[in-house]
Amino acid sequence: MQITEHKPLIVAFCCNWCSYAGADLAGNNRLNYPADVKIIRVPCSCRVNPMFVLRAFQKGADGVIICGCHPGDCHYTSGNYYARRRMAMLFSMLDYLGIERERTRVEWVSAAEGAKFSATMNDFVEKVTKLGKNKRLEDLRCKK
Amino acid sequence: MQRIGVFVCWCGSNIAGTVDVKAVAEALKFEPGVVHSTDYQYMCSQAGQNLIKDAIKEHNLTGIVVCSCSPRMHEATFRKTAQSAGINPYMVEIANIREQCSWVHKDMAIGTEKAIILGKAAVAKVNLNAPLTPGESPVTKRALVIGGGIAGIQTALDIADAGFEVDIVEKKPTIGGKMAQLDKTFPTLDCAACILTPKMVDVAQHEKIRIFSYSEVESVKGFVGNFNVTIKKHARYVKEDLCTGCGACVEKCPQKKVANEFNLNMDNRHAIYIPFAQAVPKVATIDPSACTMLKTGKCGVCSKICAAGAIDYTQKDEYIEEKYGAIVVATGFNPISLEKFDEYAYSQSKDVITSLEFERLTNAAGPTAGKLLRPSDGKHPHKIVFVQCVGSRCSAGAEKGKEYCSKICCMYTAKHAMLVRDKYPDTEVYVFYIDVRTPGKNFDEFYRRAVEEYGVHYIKGMVGKVTPEGEVLKVQGSDLINNKQINIDADLVVLAAAIEPDKSARPLATKLTASMDTNDFFTEAHPKLRPVESPTAGVFLSGACQGPKDIPETVSQAGAAAAKVIGLLAKDKLLGNPCVARSNELLCNGCSNCEKVCPYGAITYIDKDFRMPDRTTRTRRIAQVNPAVCQGCGACTVTCPSGAMDLNGFTNGQIMAEVDAICK
Ligand code: FES
Repeated sequence: MQITEHKPLIVAFCCNWCSYAGADLAGNNRLNYPADVKIIRVPCSCRVNPMFVLRAFQKGADGVIICGCHPGDCHYTSGNYYARRRMAMLFSMLDYLGIERERTRVEWVSAAEGAKFSATMNDFVEKVTKLGKNKRLEDLRCKK
Repeated sequence: MQRIGVFVCWCGSNIAGTVDVKAVAEALKFEPGVVHSTDYQYMCSQAGQNLIKDAIKEHNLTGIVVCSCSPRMHEATFRKTAQSAGINPYMVEIANIREQCSWVHKDMAIGTEKAIILGKAAVAKVNLNAPLTPGESPVTKRALVIGGGIAGIQTALDIADAGFEVDIVEKKPTIGGKMAQLDKTFPTLDCAACILTPKMVDVAQHEKIRIFSYSEVESVKGFVGNFNVTIKKHARYVKEDLCTGCGACVEKCPQKKVANEFNLNMDNRHAIYIPFAQAVPKVATIDPSACTMLKTGKCGVCSKICAAGAIDYTQKDEYIEEKYGAIVVATGFNPISLEKFDEYAYSQSKDVITSLEFERLTNAAGPTAGKLLRPSDGKHPHKIVFVQCVGSRCSAGAEKGKEYCSKICCMYTAKHAMLVRDKYPDTEVYVFYIDVRTPGKNFDEFYRRAVEEYGVHYIKGMVGKVTPEGEVLKVQGSDLINNKQINIDADLVVLAAAIEPDKSARPLATKLTASMDTNDFFTEAHPKLRPVESPTAGVFLSGACQGPKDIPETVSQAGAAAAKVIGLLAKDKLLGNPCVARSNELLCNGCSNCEKVCPYGAITYIDKDFRMPDRTTRTRRIAQVNPAVCQGCGACTVTCPSGAMDLNGFTNGQIMAEVDAICK
């Protein structure tokens, strides 16, 4: 039995066309996942600037997940390929800085995959919770 | 500073059941910029909307946050509400506290806490929202249909009947497509030509339709409502306006040993030819690869014979530029090449044929005048084996064949089997199948008739090998139900080859920046709700270019595509999406990165003069976004090394503000 369970803070970037709709579907079907996940809507996974991810960690996020359409299904044809490559580089750099691989993730969730969305979030939160609080990049000056 | 109003919706008990809406409204009161915060049972109702409108007037609001259901549901509703109360619709943001909060969390305290955070993020974003106005662009009231098969024909007729001009571009010398090659159609067995050719004539006679046959789309520029298309009209060496299609030239042409592609090379045609009797346009075409006159300059028989003086050996390819408001892709399908399926001996024996070749063999206008004769020796076959799923439904990762079901083969094979048994009751017919799939109106009844009334032998199992031996084809197969090997000495083997998109589709998709799936079928904008639109605005899909389809389905999709085109062309101007990229020309260094990642070609470069501090003028290359072409994905914003690119509605600042609000 844990005494006080640490509640992680998770930022999820979801592309408008697939994953955001997938999250909506998870809601429609009442497929629960932890409230630690907070979703930010972006037009496409390729809109996620590495800056946003860094900022989230700097401000105390414990995990960041980026969800987009499946490869080949991006509403804008190729956006998710850019996101995939870009994030692969960013995540390995973050790993180098001490932000474990489990804290970052790119996942493809289609508009029809409510169940996958919820399962992914459950799994991600569980992994991040195990890692505990992220302090690596946190900038204390950001905390008032 | 923004004056923001926050409106928290209960959605009956949908939200209020798990989220303390009053507490949310109360907590958001103290966020920067918020001057008014309230809750209501149904914000999207008339009364709820009026409440928002009144608050906008009373509190002089400049921004709105609605904490309610998903923006995919009611963002448009609340934008309209705001607009009718006099503020810019893009000053509205939605915090999704139903689908992404109350419905997925059970605990009131946790749900309320999350709802507050989502509300704060929305407030933080609205603080940075700027009014946006969608650009307007005019609409060219003319449509282009690429492909002149039944899909293209139906789409063109429907659009033209609504009063809009349509051009059909067909790469073959005649329209008609695959359907013109078919004999009978399932499940009614009416003759394909009898239902198709009147439509072809309608197209030819329609005053709003022009046909560019023997032509291809060379390039496409522009965007929805304003496409500029270059059409390449291949030289056919016959003046279309003079040729009467009498066929005298064809009769006299001395070069008669050219493989006839219309009959799938099962017989020959002349170097000058009309593909078939009902061709539209009924105009002769000279095949430059076969014509002696064009190759050696010695012959000229056709020009001597032609009373109309239509032959022109010096004709050149012509390029035609035209403007269109909408483009319909109807490029259709082809059977796959059977090279990799040599176990069926397709390349070894003339008597192993594809189903499309079989259509020609049973067609009265085909190479055998409709008599079913073996291609090798012209004898009547007494035992025919049909093999289904040749190259369809192959397992993923197999190095040959397609993963998908070609959808039409079960039905046409049942049709072929039935026709054979009907015309030649002495012929035995075997069909090897994996599954029989007949989900269509009157389809299963049709298939059962083949089995029950016509005595076609259906064998569940695959054919392992076909070996030509003397006159017969030894077919080795398995019967999975009785679990035994089967050997049949067949006279004719018919392969239901998988169908695949026409080869011209891939390069065309690139020209149109329309997306395709891994099989080169065009992708639709939404698989369920927008099945005839491509994700690229202004490009529509008709027929088998989007996926395997039979004729009734193709015709209904063609009509649906036409309806969408008409809806577009009926507008005088189009409102664009204002959430598009914009470039800050002072920061832009002209590196071209954004242009390379833009999937739409929306970014161009111009040279612009800048006044420098030392009063000299410098010309710099800077990026410019065409807002009518940009679809707002944001790829360029992240690629831009100098941060010059930003996306309206989802600016770097706005997203950062959301991150900050969530991570507080
Ligand atoms: S739109 Fe979903 S990843 Fe591009």
